[in-house]
Amino acid sequence: MTEHDPEKLNVAPGQPHSNILSETVAYVIGLALALVLTGVSFWVASTSALWGPGVAVGLVVLAIAQMGVHLVFFLHITSGPDNTNNVLALAFGVLIVFLVMIGTIWIMGHMNANMAPDPALMNLQMQH
Amino acid sequence: MTASEAPAIGLTHVGSEDTGLGHRGPESKSIVVPYGFWLFVLSDMVLFSALFATYASLAHATDGGPTSNQLFDRNLVAIETMALLLSSFTCGLAMIVAKRGNMKWTLGWLLVTGLLGFVFLFIELYEFASMIGEGAGPQRSAFLSAFFTLVGCHGAHVTVGLLWIGTMMAQIWSKGFREHIMRRLLCLSVFWHALDIIWVAIFTIVYLIGTLP
Repeated sequence: MTEHDPEKLNVAPGQPHSNILSETVAYVIGLALALVLTGVSFWVASTSALWGPGVAVGLVVLAIAQMGVHLVFFLHITSGPDNTNNVLALAFGVLIVFLVMIGTIWIMGHMNANMAPDPALMNLQMQH
Repeated sequence: MTASEAPAIGLTHVGSEDTGLGHRGPESKSIVVPYGFWLFVLSDMVLFSALFATYASLAHATDGGPTSNQLFDRNLVAIETMALLLSSFTCGLAMIVAKRGNMKWTLGWLLVTGLLGFVFLFIELYEFASMIGEGAGPQRSAFLSAFFTLVGCHGAHVTVGLLWIGTMMAQIWSKGFREHIMRRLLCLSVFWHALDIIWVAIFTIVYLIGTLP
């Protein structure tokens, strides 16, 4: 997959390679990996063979792995030099996403723990 | 004043003519437009992260109403997931044949992509309708408000994507594979793949973790 024009400094996100066979193979590999990860996710969620408290963490890890597969094989985000701008923008997006999500869950979790005297009352308070 | 003393934007080094702006000026539109669209898609993911954070905070605020374990059907979600994943794949195939100017196959794969997206949307609307029918609508509890906002926002994106697929099919049909049409098609594929990435987070966080025993 090195048929890129050496004169080219950047490629657009989602821009496929220039060889029809390697392009199609990349999509098929991506689909196969995504199917396997999805299947494992659904299996992990329904089996009782695994340690219960670890299942949620495992599911999140599987989801992040599948997002990576989609980015690499479907959106063609690579570590190549012509992809630097796309990767930098992605890195910034991921940073903000993690800040928003982890920050909110952390703060709201502590607020619930510190401010509500009993869970039933907390449940009522959150309706307002 | 020599050329090396001329004011230049960006980092310069003594003996280097590199102004930090590249030797050839800005990139072509076929790079800049999809890059700008990529920035939009990433900011869309930031928007979704706020909705995910809201959902995670309110997932247990059920106000004595139905919980996620009682409401969600994993089999329906599995079908939805398959439909959206396969449509992402066929969208990629459409891009491959579009690049080679094959009208028939491009329209064909785009049609398959749109139909799979429609299957997804139909199942989602069926799920929403049956939940509202059981009295588990968005007004029932904070948990359900957050659920309908998050999943509904994704569904709205899919609806827009379906309209866009139809528009692109008509444009390819009437105008052929001109450069600006190809740019739009590339943006569409980035949008559609991004929707599938967001769905991975939704089916994991909302449906699978939400229905753990």
